[in-house]
Amino acid sequence: MVQLEVFLQTMVSGLLLGGLYALIGLGMTLIMGVMKIINLAHGELMMVAMYIAYWLFTLLGVDPYVAVFIASPALFILGVLIQKYLITPVIKVESILPENQVILTVGIGMVLASLATVFFKSDYRSTPVEYASVTWYLSDFWQSSPIELSISLLWAVSFIFSILITLALWFFLSRTDIGKQIRATSQDSDAAILMGINVNRVRAFSFGLGSAIVAAAGCLFIPLYYLYPALGGQFTLIAFVITILGGLGSNIGAIIGGLILGVFESLTSTYIGMGWAPVGRFAIFIAALVFLPGGIASLLRSRRLGK
Amino acid sequence: MKKYYPFITLALLLVLPMLGFSTYVMHIFILLLMWATIGMAWNLLSGYCGQVSFGHAAFFGIGAYTAGILYSKAGVSPWFGLPLSVFVVGVFAFIIGLIVLRLRGPFFALATLASGEVFRVSAENMEWLTSGTLGIMLQKRLWVSKEPYYYIILAIAVTTFILMKYLVASKLGYFFVAIREDQDAAESMGINTTLYKTIALVVSGMITGVAGAFYMNYMGYIDPHIVFALHDVSIITIMIVMVGGVATQWGPFVGAVIMVMLQEAVRSIGSLGALHQAIFGLLLIFIIIFLPNGIVGDFRKIKRFFGLGRVRA
Repeated sequence: MVQLEVFLQTMVSGLLLGGLYALIGLGMTLIMGVMKIINLAHGELMMVAMYIAYWLFTLLGVDPYVAVFIASPALFILGVLIQKYLITPVIKVESILPENQVILTVGIGMVLASLATVFFKSDYRSTPVEYASVTWYLSDFWQSSPIELSISLLWAVSFIFSILITLALWFFLSRTDIGKQIRATSQDSDAAILMGINVNRVRAFSFGLGSAIVAAAGCLFIPLYYLYPALGGQFTLIAFVITILGGLGSNIGAIIGGLILGVFESLTSTYIGMGWAPVGRFAIFIAALVFLPGGIASLLRSRRLGK
Repeated sequence: MKKYYPFITLALLLVLPMLGFSTYVMHIFILLLMWATIGMAWNLLSGYCGQVSFGHAAFFGIGAYTAGILYSKAGVSPWFGLPLSVFVVGVFAFIIGLIVLRLRGPFFALATLASGEVFRVSAENMEWLTSGTLGIMLQKRLWVSKEPYYYIILAIAVTTFILMKYLVASKLGYFFVAIREDQDAAESMGINTTLYKTIALVVSGMITGVAGAFYMNYMGYIDPHIVFALHDVSIITIMIVMVGGVATQWGPFVGAVIMVMLQEAVRSIGSLGALHQAIFGLLLIFIIIFLPNGIVGDFRKIKRFFGLGRVRA
């Protein structure tokens, strides 16, 4: 019974973690779908948003969940500026290596991480909100429950927030005009130009939107996690693993991929050891590459086509 | 005249230790040659074959750990790690290649980045083999003076240079460039792209591994954060070649000179220490926007900018 309890608890916390991972992956998927490049500064953008949330909390007492509505627009602007003044000029530059834009995002990430170290020192920081210790137990609701499970309020709120943001994004992409332009550009940018879509504007907009989504993820993460300048790198990798697992540029794939990764990581840290969680992350990444090169999106597609 | 440049450089490098530089300057020269070697290795895979790797730290680290584990577990001289690392890294590079070469472009880049991280985390956790984050330390380095190390790394660098010159001029080099320019077109011309990409990866990894084994012998201490470092090994390698010149013979040397000097300069000015990543990042952004083919590759552009030399269309 204890075994089952541990397993179920691991699954629950894995799913909650996966919901947040899905949000990080969504931002990257969006940028990759439209730009066809990988944004290696993704985690660093999240780190910037987390610092915004941290300082809002520390100096002004703004709740991190409220900070979502401040950090996201701020990162949206930062993303648009990066796209407009750094990445777009490089698209036009003639060079031997086609991966210049990817290496450029590495440079941007290095600058952001380093500036954070200079301004805020490498201290570990956190936002101790007062409701952090609130936890719900299954036995509170169901007295005679044979097993005991618990959910922390923070995790639950973060998870619900990430679902809401995902739904809003889905609505935005499928119902609004600019959302449709984004999807058209990610399907075929040349055709989109011919249809009269201002592709450069759409690119800037989607880079901004991707940054805003990862900023929201950062704000949802900060009450649960701690913050330090070098944190970006690991989240860039997580986002990348999710994107590969989900299928390149597929939004639903990214959500499912995020959930799978969260559950898997939580299982590795429970049953193998905390230090091995990153290796588990890469094991799933390699398994996805070897056995499912198209990602989850290819599974979904083949079902839809009835293969 | 141009034909004799390599020989003049070699002669200069050979007599360099006899000029009586301080040990610190010799240390810089050794690092410079080591980075140039790693840069040339990266240049083969990424510059000529077009597969941009963000994970050369994996090969560097495996090479270093091959030498280190030989010393700490088998109790033999870590110098045997130099030849052995060729085989060990070759095998690992082949296995990594089987997985990551399925991907193209930016996805390949990130997959290699991930592979570097996998090895770092594994080295941290496999304490029975690698002593984890404690690292491996040599009780005593073979020589106190820098000169023997200098000549060894010079020999490695010169061998690599000749090998690169030979490889790039051979049929293999043309295959690599064809794959870089258009993989699908290369494949339709009957080039077995997977095979040649694997060759480029394995050769590149082997050379990097030898440099890693040399690093273990020279520095006498390694831990996973030093040799599997993303920023301090993988990214620096990319920067050396990007700054010097992608797909050029001399680019890695020029890049290594600039990057090692810059690294030392930043280190010696205390207040800049924390900013060094920002400076490197800005340099990288600057190079990509204004000199996308590096200093050697865009030399004509630089000359034109300063109003030197004849302007050619």
